[in-house]
Amino acid sequence: MTQPLLEMRDIVKSFSGVRALNGVSIKLARGEALSICGENGSGKSTLMKVLSGVWPYGSYEGDIFFEGQAVKAAGIRDTEALGIVIIHQELALVKELSVLENIFLGNELGSFAKLNDEDMYRRTRDLLKRVKLEVSPNTLVRDLGVGQQQLVEIAKALNKNVKLLILDEPTSSLTRNEIQILLNIVHDLKDQGIACIYISHKLDEVLDLSTWVAVIRDGDHIDTRSAAELTQNDIISMMVGRELEALFPREVHDIGETVLRVKNAHAMQAGASIPQVNDVSFELKKGEILGISGLIGSGRTELMQCIYGCYDGRYSATIEMQGQSLTIRSQRDALAAGIAMVPEDRKRHGIIPIMGVGRNISLSVLDDYVTYLGAIDENRETQDTVDYIARLKVKTASPELPIKNLSGGNQQKAIIAKCLLTNPKILILDEPTRGIDVGAKYEIYKLMHALVKEGMSIIMVSSELPEVIGISDRVLVMHEGRLKGEFDHQGLTQEMIMNCAIKEGV
Amino acid sequence: MFKTIKTSQLQLLAMIAAMTIIIVFFSIATEGAFITPRNISNLIRQTAIVGVLAIGMVFVIISAEIDLSVGSMMGLLGGVAAILDVWLHLPIALTILVTVCSGLVLGLFNGWWVAYQRVPSFIVTLAGMLAFRGILVGLTDGATVAPTSSDLSIIGQSYIPSGWGVSVIGVLCLGLIARVYSRRKSRQNHGIENTTAKFEYAKAFVVVAVLLILLISLENYRGIPTPILIMGGLILLATYIAKRTAFGRRIYAIGGNIEAARMSGVNVEWNKMWVFGFNGMMVAIAALILTSRLGAGTPSAGNMAELDAIAACVIGGTSLAGGLVRFLVPLWEP
Repeated sequence: MTQPLLEMRDIVKSFSGVRALNGVSIKLARGEALSICGENGSGKSTLMKVLSGVWPYGSYEGDIFFEGQAVKAAGIRDTEALGIVIIHQELALVKELSVLENIFLGNELGSFAKLNDEDMYRRTRDLLKRVKLEVSPNTLVRDLGVGQQQLVEIAKALNKNVKLLILDEPTSSLTRNEIQILLNIVHDLKDQGIACIYISHKLDEVLDLSTWVAVIRDGDHIDTRSAAELTQNDIISMMVGRELEALFPREVHDIGETVLRVKNAHAMQAGASIPQVNDVSFELKKGEILGISGLIGSGRTELMQCIYGCYDGRYSATIEMQGQSLTIRSQRDALAAGIAMVPEDRKRHGIIPIMGVGRNISLSVLDDYVTYLGAIDENRETQDTVDYIARLKVKTASPELPIKNLSGGNQQKAIIAKCLLTNPKILILDEPTRGIDVGAKYEIYKLMHALVKEGMSIIMVSSELPEVIGISDRVLVMHEGRLKGEFDHQGLTQEMIMNCAIKEGV
Repeated sequence: MFKTIKTSQLQLLAMIAAMTIIIVFFSIATEGAFITPRNISNLIRQTAIVGVLAIGMVFVIISAEIDLSVGSMMGLLGGVAAILDVWLHLPIALTILVTVCSGLVLGLFNGWWVAYQRVPSFIVTLAGMLAFRGILVGLTDGATVAPTSSDLSIIGQSYIPSGWGVSVIGVLCLGLIARVYSRRKSRQNHGIENTTAKFEYAKAFVVVAVLLILLISLENYRGIPTPILIMGGLILLATYIAKRTAFGRRIYAIGGNIEAARMSGVNVEWNKMWVFGFNGMMVAIAALILTSRLGAGTPSAGNMAELDAIAACVIGGTSLAGGLVRFLVPLWEP
């Protein structure tokens, strides 16, 4: 390697005694891309926060050199002045302003009294050309798709004369097509001599893009290797520190009689002309994992909301559980009937961020702990939550730690624990492994198998086809609100599901 | 190297610093009159009404709502108490009962609109602020209702005989230390890491010391004022509700993330309505203290008191975004 653009040497960062980073070193030259891989909570984000100056010089140990100079940043402004720009997963654009205004926000050209609109317009047009975004500089950002907004962020970074671009999970909410555009742009930037640090769980993108791949596990720097000599399986085993027997453990389930029968489910948004769920009927058997697949917007989540009693609009369905018909008008009715649900959107519907992990877990069953004078029997409550934290291997320093401080995978495990405490007969998991790392995914799959062995029935909604095929006993495919196909897992391929989910009138 | 100070600690330190500056400045400016037992007793007595209002308001704010009607509601309920006492000569117990029940009904009425009809609490209680004041003026014909009976005056004007005050504070201090002990013990039993014993007991002793200093200065004047004792009792009750009951836990959950609370099977509407109901009862108690202190019900009573109550909550560390109380009482940490 020639003179590196960036060198981070033995970075150590602790939070109240816990080492989040334990001597991580990385190196990067101009025109190269470095991917940083690791499970959630392994320290990737912390490393990027140290690099970008969110954690100021002095709050960590180790040295950072940029273009041969030691970096002693007091904040993000300092690192941005050097040419280090980070683009976060949650975009930092002002939606009500135009593309031009966003790009020049804080660095407007012209004098205090009169902005130089002509120059800014010309510069913006050139920048948009560089990121191949064909929109007018005066378009409002809220009128752009997520992928296009991502490109505006990159244009904004280019305007600041970026030398090192950090992309944190840039593709997690993009479509296939948008991802390809973004990857091409990053390749172009590399050719123009800009270095790039790329953080992603999507290993195919990592291998496509990177010169180097660095793997971090539990704050330790495992290795940095040339991307050309790695396969996806190599990276996975470096990340989890063990060979996965398989990504999807397959176990044989003892499937019993029907427990849940849903008939003629309909759901219609107020003011809409097309129903989101249109006359769907299906059955769920005891000890079975039922996968529900389909494109986003095909009515999968809405169908689950009808069963759990939380659909926001008019809906109807005949639901029978073990032969008895149920009326479910609210989440409380569903829980009382023995149906629990892990929602799709963890942040919005799952966690109470500032509450402790333990209290999040016990929230659904508080009434069980009430003794005299309405008081909660904290002894029994703590006992149960500590048990479930141990059983589900939720990694938390203490049950009293606010749940927002946990990684996504551990938050998800805590929400599953909350559902299990209600002792459900039927567990609905809506996108149970979205945005969580390989290790935690594997643990959740194992847990699902253990639960159905105890006689629970699971409905899993998922967009990840390998997951649907790898875990379910039976797969239902939805298309535009209707149930379009039913498959047994044996001999099922991704192509079969995709064909069923996309094609009209097969 | 400095250890970083948490925001909550910084807030607490700033508050202590501000209080020290105020005490020192006014002590010098008044040549010592500020720290005489008589002045301290008066100051504390005056905080009772805002204090009681703040207790109800804290729950409203934790659930991420706001109540702008408490000032007018306190005026109206104070007027009701005065009318029952002065015009109708009801016995004191009945006056208290009717006033508190009226507060509950008005609070539930506010809460019903907010929780079940989904009208923003800002709008509902702004309407209440105007309407309650109007009803008060209508009921009293804009005149002062006076003089109240001597029974009613006891609530706001009397003092606790000295021996009783010492016992109350003593029991409180022992209870506090016992609570710290039992909590540490319970954590230990479940293998949860405790903060150092020294630190927790030191915190409890600071509270005990402050209480004792207050007690001594109050005893040097006339003893503990009854309104302060009422406020103290209500703080204990509110702490119990917030920390130990399922209702309290659910209010935190609703304020923290209402959607997640609903998905977890919490009856969001019912709990919200009762938060306003509880607030209404606290307003009624504050109204009784107010009418008793003034010896009269007046049409302008409680003007702008809602802002005092909200300010007391925020200065006390309640996050206006809901779900969080830092140090209103040292035991309230979430």
